[in-house]
Amino acid sequence: MSEETTASPPLSPADQTTARRQEIMAVIAETPASALAKAFESYPDHPSHELVRGPETGLVMVRGRMGGTGGAFNLGEVTVTRCVVRLASGETGSSYILGRHKQHALQAAILDGLWQNPDHRQKVEDDILAPLENSRRQRQEEIKAETAATKVDFFTMVRGDD
Amino acid sequence: MYVAVKGGEKAIRNAHKLLAKRRRGDTSVPSLTVDQIAEQLALSVARVMCEGSLYDEGLAALAIKQARGDLIEAAFLIRAYRTTLPRFGYSETLDTAKMLIERRISATYKDLPGGQLLGPTFDYSHRLLDFAMAAENEGALDAVESETPLNEGMPRVTDLLSDEGLMEADPLPEASDAVGDLTREPLSFPADRDLRLQNLARGDEGFLLSLAYSSQRGYARTHPFTGEIRYGEVEVEFFAEELGFNVKLGAIKVTECQMVNQFSGSAKSPPKFTRGYGLVFGQVERKAMAMSMVDRALRWEELGEEQTAPVQDTEFVLSHSDNIQATGFVEHLKLPHYVDFQAELDLVRRMRAEWFAARDQQDPYAQTDLETGKEAAE
Repeated sequence: MSEETTASPPLSPADQTTARRQEIMAVIAETPASALAKAFESYPDHPSHELVRGPETGLVMVRGRMGGTGGAFNLGEVTVTRCVVRLASGETGSSYILGRHKQHALQAAILDGLWQNPDHRQKVEDDILAPLENSRRQRQEEIKAETAATKVDFFTMVRGDD
Repeated sequence: MYVAVKGGEKAIRNAHKLLAKRRRGDTSVPSLTVDQIAEQLALSVARVMCEGSLYDEGLAALAIKQARGDLIEAAFLIRAYRTTLPRFGYSETLDTAKMLIERRISATYKDLPGGQLLGPTFDYSHRLLDFAMAAENEGALDAVESETPLNEGMPRVTDLLSDEGLMEADPLPEASDAVGDLTREPLSFPADRDLRLQNLARGDEGFLLSLAYSSQRGYARTHPFTGEIRYGEVEVEFFAEELGFNVKLGAIKVTECQMVNQFSGSAKSPPKFTRGYGLVFGQVERKAMAMSMVDRALRWEELGEEQTAPVQDTEFVLSHSDNIQATGFVEHLKLPHYVDFQAELDLVRRMRAEWFAARDQQDPYAQTDLETGKEAAE
């Protein structure tokens, strides 16, 4: 996440939509539940929805790579809460989020559904996602800046040179 | 052997009530909140997540509170809890090269791309108690400095060395290689490196630390250098089948340690550095280091080394690293073993009777000693 992804061939419109949807799902997942709730409540046009699945909490086994780049191994599990909703306008919204926060997963799924609706997409982008992406970037920049202040330059002393 | 017992319900109930009271302690002292534990005892939380093998800071903090700070008991609670949840599946592999770095150091390279970033560390502190923290009001903290980050990439040190061919490359798996999972099948031997790393990642920090230390002191020397330690956030991705694409679930904090060790070489390949690998949940640096050293020692066979020490004994190391299993077996000795012990008692009485009978046959005068209770052989 701290590095730019390397250049890849141009994506088709459908793939671009999927790529953007993956991004917004990531931003929503990384936003603290309380901050997401606030953004969600402030959205004026709440659609009615029905639950298709969950919200339910389960486990995902996280995998690492031997030596960082080799074969996979199982590191340990994380708790994950997921949810699927169907909006009255017909879209199906999904969420998968670290932790056990059911309201977070539910609101995330509704937002994912709303974003898929052409009448809502721009508004969701502007009113909800842009501020959340901004806070996320700020948080990451703060960590980078605080860490950068601890950058050290060691000097190697020459022994027995007197 | 343990034979089930009945009874004692009332005493057990009362004991648990008493435990609850002692756990809470003096009620004039405010109760700890789970958030306080998660925020201020973050390294205890990280250890419980590691050894409980479940990343969830809130659950680990709750477990620590319930266990009165006993971290093995807390990890036990976490392991028990995880059995109540369904498994959604396996994540994509973490990419530690894309970590949002909070700490990154190398003991082998002074000047490396991205620099040495100390981050939040106890290193170079004087280990003097800070009595200001014991005061009712700790006072304001010093403001943290900020500097403009370089925003250059932070390649893993081991990747730098591999460019020159000086470092062994990570062997890539065969496409058909299934990844072993100890939570699905019990450990069996010989254990491949995937199972070994999973076992070590959830193993007891103290046990791994001692084993790593033994390897430094000469029991299977591996001449380790800390190639790199990095700590920070990595995103977890999961392929959601119903969506048909990868979803980012959020970020977890991990510590990665690349230990660089002495050369292997053969008729076919020139000498190069070898590596041990450590990866753990949270900022658990001591364990990540120990894990990488033990991982390296366990690779003796693959690297054509001689087996001389306990740290190289896969079966010994992996069978005894899990502190939940270990504490279960050791602590079960507290439970009533009356039937079992009764059998032993009968046996030892019979053996003694035979022993005295045999002796009396050889030396009739010894009987006197037995009567006065002065039994020399006892």
